[in-house]
Amino acid sequence: MPKNLFEKIWDAHGVDDDLIYIDLHLVHEVTSPQAFDGLRLADRKVRRPDKTLATADHNVPTDGTPTAQLIADELSRVQVEALERNCEEFGIPVYSLGSDRRGIVHVIGPELGVTQPGMTIVCGDSHTSTHGAFGALAFGIGTSEVEHVLATQCLMQRRPKTMRIDYPGELGFGVTAKDLILATIGRLGVGGMRGYAVEYAGPAIEALSVENRMTICNMTIEGGGRAGMIAPDETTFEYVRGRPGAPADFDDAVERWRELPSDEGAGFETEVEIDAGGISPMVTWGTTPGMVVQVTDQVPDPSRMDAAADRETAERALAYMDLRPGTPMTEIPLDRVFIGSCTNSRISDLREAATIVDGRKIASSLRGMVVPGSQQVKAEAEAEGLDEVFRSAGFEWRESGCSACLGMNPDILQPGERCASTSNRNFEGRQGAGGRTHLVSPKMAAAAAVEGRFVDIRDWS
Amino acid sequence: MPVDPIEIIEGRVAVLDRADVDTDQIMPKQFLKRIERTGYGEFLFYDWFRSGEIELDPHPILVTGRNFGSGSSREHAVWGLKDYGYDAVIAPSFSDIFYSNCTKNGLLPVVLDEEHCRAVASAGEARIDLDDQTVTCAEGVFKFEIDEDIKHRLVNGLDDVALTLQRSGAIDEFETAGKADRGPVTTSL
Repeated sequence: MPKNLFEKIWDAHGVDDDLIYIDLHLVHEVTSPQAFDGLRLADRKVRRPDKTLATADHNVPTDGTPTAQLIADELSRVQVEALERNCEEFGIPVYSLGSDRRGIVHVIGPELGVTQPGMTIVCGDSHTSTHGAFGALAFGIGTSEVEHVLATQCLMQRRPKTMRIDYPGELGFGVTAKDLILATIGRLGVGGMRGYAVEYAGPAIEALSVENRMTICNMTIEGGGRAGMIAPDETTFEYVRGRPGAPADFDDAVERWRELPSDEGAGFETEVEIDAGGISPMVTWGTTPGMVVQVTDQVPDPSRMDAAADRETAERALAYMDLRPGTPMTEIPLDRVFIGSCTNSRISDLREAATIVDGRKIASSLRGMVVPGSQQVKAEAEAEGLDEVFRSAGFEWRESGCSACLGMNPDILQPGERCASTSNRNFEGRQGAGGRTHLVSPKMAAAAAVEGRFVDIRDWS
Repeated sequence: MPVDPIEIIEGRVAVLDRADVDTDQIMPKQFLKRIERTGYGEFLFYDWFRSGEIELDPHPILVTGRNFGSGSSREHAVWGLKDYGYDAVIAPSFSDIFYSNCTKNGLLPVVLDEEHCRAVASAGEARIDLDDQTVTCAEGVFKFEIDEDIKHRLVNGLDDVALTLQRSGAIDEFETAGKADRGPVTTSL
């Protein structure tokens, strides 16, 4: 019986009935303190600290604060210090402030080589789906489940359904992985992948770098998907090779990983096809990632929507976003540009954005911020001189962290400010109470920073 | 964590007639810095409550729109709903992670189709029988589906971690049998 990628990994990790084994557990400061308290209360240990890795990312300042003890915001300081203390008590490796391996949890896993094909990977963060880009089964969990994995290295899970989205053709000039996933969510809706492990496949996916594949899997959750996955191939193996956490028996591991891709004739509960060649640069206009249009489009008119519920939702979104139906997306003026987040803060994202702004200045009316995904990405970018490119253009060049993606640290939008952001969520208040977020690719964000409004990257120069 | 067993949840119904309500709205980020598990009720729907955009009474049951709890995995959203006073949330659909988080905290997620959600909302009062898997209100009796294992744990108020630790033998066996793939991953960096 032919099996798909998901089924192979799921079957290989079944411990007992509804219990699956977890190969890698990533931990951060926000969703773990209550889990560690639970362990202490019940006098329980962490079963496999050697399969667990922690970092501080969600609420760390990006201003160069060197240690947790010096974080100015008291609640943030207490939380990061609690992470450090908990990890020490339970024997878990942790990269906190001051470590050159610290960064966004979904950036450092792949960067260190601990994210590998065929693994089951969890983290108390919904964007854990990112790691599926390696052909792993990776998904976000809540704090109770974090506690469960810490104590047992297993999870009680219902088997999700499987969906394959096939992308024939190739992405056009200026169209990126970010546009591909935004267009996909726009088409399927924010609940369209709910209950599914989604495999992205086809020539357009195979042609992408691993980092671009991560962008796609990352936003699976924005379509409601449990996990996003991409079959591992030579591109994947070369990315993992030589990294500190790569398996010691690397060649043998690669042989095992070659067995992972879905078999010929494997079935999926749902199959979707989207023509990659038909995708344009995308910009969100509303307050969910599914409220998205091509950059050449206009702000949609709720009165033309069929369902009453959709009309109401769209009207509320437009009111929040302070947008009028019919306004061309390219005429929306911006106050802020944020390049960062677990969706788009890797070295290739920064290189793409830097190419656009090189030798130019960002609009004087606008504040631009570049937040590398990790300290290693930051160091690599600085070695290439990207920091200078961004600084000369007028961007702020910051330390790594989740930053303005979710606004838990000081990098937030002010009420009413409008931001072009390479992050993943345009929910109300996501980047700061009253802030207005438009999701775009790094290239589109960089070009928007220069012009002070959105532009179609395909005919912009 | 052990939670109180659920048999019957009954009483008045609060209605939030919106779809795709994400966990950033239910529990905004600034309250995620706390390291406690309790006391989140006062921060529930912080921005929407504070602006007067919505008002919700802390009745036992909340009825809302499709895809409730989308977005972030923050369990703080569930802690907030429970702490504010809700024992059950009825919606046409829930995000996967949110649904799971509810079941770990004794907040009963009930999936009813849109029409039945509206019926419960307009009835204003309802009685949920978990064992029977029914929602009864003035408008009728509606059956709902729930996974048998999850129901068993909710009805008995069982602690998931304790249950799994009882199966440590099976986990030991699994680790031993698959030795090549079960080695250290993070401590050799």
